[in-house]
Amino acid sequence: MLKFDEMYTRLPIAGSPVRTHYEAYERWLARQPAEMMKARREEAEMIFRRVGITFAVYGAKDEDGAGTERLIPFDLIPRIIPAHEWQSMEKGLVQRVTALNRFIHDVYHDQDIIRAGVIPADQILNNAQFRSVMMGVDVPNNIYSQISGIDIVRAPNANGDGEYYVLEDNLRVPSGVSYMLEDRKMMMRLFPDLFSQHRVAPVAHYPDLLLETLRASAPPATAEPTVVVLTPGMYNSAYFEHAFLAQQMGVELVEGQDLLVKDDFVWMRTTRGLKRVDVIYRRVDDDFLDPQVFRPTSTLGCAGLMNAYRAGNVAICNAVGTGVADDKSIYPYVPKMIEFYLGEKPILNNVPTYMCRNKDELQYTLDNLKDLVVKEVHGAGGYGMLVGPASTKAEIEEFRAAVLANPSGYIAQPTLSLSSCPTFVESGIAPRHIDLRPFVLSGKTVQMVPGGLTRVALKEGSLVVNSSQGGGTKDTWILEV
Amino acid sequence: MLSRTADHLFWMSRYTERAENTARMLDVNYQTSLLPQSAAVAQVGWQGLLSISELLPSYQALYGEVTPARVLEFMVKDEDNPSSIMSCLRAARENARAVRGSLTTEAWEIQNQTWLEVNRMLRQGDFERDPGQFFEWVKFRSHLSRGVTVGTMLMDEALHFMRLGTFLERADNTARLVDVKFHAVQSDFFGAASEKDQEYDFYHWSAILRSVSAFEIYRKVYRDVIKPERVAELLILRADMPRSLHASLNEVVQNLEMVSNDQSDETRRRAGKLRADLQYARIDEILATGLHAFLTQFLDRVNELGARISRDFLIPAAA
Repeated sequence: MLKFDEMYTRLPIAGSPVRTHYEAYERWLARQPAEMMKARREEAEMIFRRVGITFAVYGAKDEDGAGTERLIPFDLIPRIIPAHEWQSMEKGLVQRVTALNRFIHDVYHDQDIIRAGVIPADQILNNAQFRSVMMGVDVPNNIYSQISGIDIVRAPNANGDGEYYVLEDNLRVPSGVSYMLEDRKMMMRLFPDLFSQHRVAPVAHYPDLLLETLRASAPPATAEPTVVVLTPGMYNSAYFEHAFLAQQMGVELVEGQDLLVKDDFVWMRTTRGLKRVDVIYRRVDDDFLDPQVFRPTSTLGCAGLMNAYRAGNVAICNAVGTGVADDKSIYPYVPKMIEFYLGEKPILNNVPTYMCRNKDELQYTLDNLKDLVVKEVHGAGGYGMLVGPASTKAEIEEFRAAVLANPSGYIAQPTLSLSSCPTFVESGIAPRHIDLRPFVLSGKTVQMVPGGLTRVALKEGSLVVNSSQGGGTKDTWILEV
Repeated sequence: MLSRTADHLFWMSRYTERAENTARMLDVNYQTSLLPQSAAVAQVGWQGLLSISELLPSYQALYGEVTPARVLEFMVKDEDNPSSIMSCLRAARENARAVRGSLTTEAWEIQNQTWLEVNRMLRQGDFERDPGQFFEWVKFRSHLSRGVTVGTMLMDEALHFMRLGTFLERADNTARLVDVKFHAVQSDFFGAASEKDQEYDFYHWSAILRSVSAFEIYRKVYRDVIKPERVAELLILRADMPRSLHASLNEVVQNLEMVSNDQSDETRRRAGKLRADLQYARIDEILATGLHAFLTQFLDRVNELGARISRDFLIPAAA
C-alpha cells in the first residue's frame, strides 16, 4: 500500500530521493536526535492539556473513570505543499464551492439542473437532506455554504504522478479549523528555528476572514450586524472549537437557551435585557435548530427560529438544507455541476465513483468488492464503509448483502493509494496516510487561508483519518517562493 | 453580556473562593490539632468545622463518628460532598470551561491547570504526605486565579460579575467562621478563669486570625495582646482588613453599581444598607445584643443578596 509519499520521490523510506520542497526540512530532521523529538512531543501534549484543546467523547471514560476529554494526537512532522500546487488547488476550490452554492440555490428555487436532466429529480427531492422548508427562501448574496470544508487526498494518476482528488465536500457544520490554527501555534512554539528557514504562509488571520464572511452574510438592512456562534454546549465534541472561534472573533458564544424569538426577530438574553441577533454561525445540525419545524424534542435550538429566518430577519450560517449538496449520492455529479453552472472544466478531480443505484455500476461493484472502497451514502466519520483490500472474506460478504438490500444507499470507489507522510510514531519515524481539509469561506467573495487541516491515520496501513477512529493532525505548510 | 455567561463567571469565582476558605479552615484545624490539647477540645474543633458549612448531618450519615482523618477526607476529597475542595475546584473549572471564551487565556489556563494538578496531586498521595503544604497550594492557586483575573481581564461586566462572586462568597465564609469559632468557646470569652484556659484562648484566637491571614495585621492594628472582642471587630467591622465582612461588602456594593440595570435598584439599596450597617456599627453594641444573632441575620441578608443578583442579572425570567 505504501507506494506514494509526500516527502520522498519513490518509496517512503529514508535514503530515497527527497522532493524539492521537502529538502530543507529533511536535512533539519536528520540532525534532530530522537530524544529531542520525543521531549518535544511530550511538551506539546502537556501544553494541549493545559490549554484544554480537547474533544469530548460521548459516554467515554478515562483510565481513572473521571473525564471524557481526549486530546487529538498531534504529529510533529509537517505536511508540506509547494506554492504552485496550492495555487491550482485554491483555484479549484473556489470553482467547486462557487458551483456548489449555485447548485443549492437552484435546488431551492427553479431547479434548472433537474429540468436540464443533469441530475435525476428523485435524487434531489427524495434526498434525506433536502429541506422543503427552504423552497423559495432567499438568502443574502445567494450563498448557502459560507464555510465549506473540502476533503482532499493526493494519489498517483495513471502515469504515476501525484494528483489531488476531492474525496468529500462538507457543507453542513465542517469542523477542525481550530486544530489547523492551534497546530501552527504549537509548531512555532516548539520549533521556531524551522520557521526562520522556511517561508511558511501564515494562517492565523482565519478568524478575521470568518468574521468578515459572517458579517457579509447579514440581512441586508442591518448596518452593524451582531454575530453569535451557536453551540450545542460544553459536552459537544467540538466545544473547544466553538468557544475558540467565538473568542477569536470577539462575539458571543450562545446556547439555544440564551436565544428567543419575538415578532420574528431573534434576541439573546443579556444582563441588560434583550439584544437583537443578526447572524448566527450555528454549529448545531439542521434537525436541532427549531423544535417547531424540525425535531420537536430538541433543546439545542430556539423555537420560532425558522420563522425569523424565512422572514429574512436573521442569517443562519451555513444555511439550512446545505446537506443536499454534500451527500455522497450527489458527490458524483459535482463535476457536471461545475460545467452546468459555470461553463468551465473542473480543475479538481473527483474520485471515480460507481453509483450502486445504477444497474451496471452495481454489478461492477459486486464483482469487484475486494478491490473497492464501498461507502454508505449517509455515513460519516469513517463509519459504514468497507475498504475491500483490507477486509476479510466475511466482512466483504456481509457488505455484499447490505448493498444488495439497498443499492441506492451505497457508492463505490477504486482504492486510491493515498499518499503518506513521514510521521513520528512510537517506533520512530514511519509513513502514515494523510488527507487535507482546506476551509473555504464564501461571503461577498470566495476566499481561504493557505493550507488547511491535515489529518493523519496513525495506525499502520490505515486509511481512516477521523479523530473518532484514532486519527491525528499535522501542521500544514504552504511554502511561499 | 449574556446572562448565562455572567452566571458562569459569578459561580466560577464563588467556587474558587470557597475552595480557598475551606482550605484555610482545614489548615487551621489541622495545625491546631498538632498542639497538645485534650481529645474533647480537638473534637469540638473538627465538629465546629463541619457545622460551619452546615455539613454535620451529611457527614454523620456517611462517616458516623467525627475523627480528624475522616473529616479531612470528607472535606478535601469527597466528590459527593459539594463543599469539598475537590468539588469546589471541579465546579470552578466546569463553570470556567463553559465560558472559556469570555476569560483571558491566562485566566482560563489557571483554572484548567489547577484542576489537572489537583487530580495529579491527590492521585500521587501528596495530600496525605503533607496536608499543610496541600492547603497552602490551594490558597495560592486561588490567589493566582484572582491575580490573573484582575491583572489580565478587561475591566468590564465580566470582571465585575466575577468580583461580585468572590466577595459575596467571602462575606459568607468569614461570617460563618467567626460565628462557629466564637460559639466554640463555652466559657464567657471576656476573661478566662484559669491560667491554663488563658493559654488555650491565646491559641484559639490566634488560630482564627491565622486562618484569615490576620495575625500580623492584628498586631499591627492593635499593638496589644489578643482579645476576643478585638478579633471580632477586626473580622467584622474593619474596612481595611481584606477578608472582613465590611471590606467584602464594600466590594459587593462597588461592583453591583458597575453592572446595575433597570431592575437592580432594590438590590443595590439592600446591599448599600447592609454595608452601612457595618460601617456605623460598634463591636460592643453587637456583642451586647449577641454576636450569634447578628451573624445569623447577616448571613440571611447575604444569602438574599445572592438570590436577588441571580434574579436581576443571571437568570432573568423569560421576557
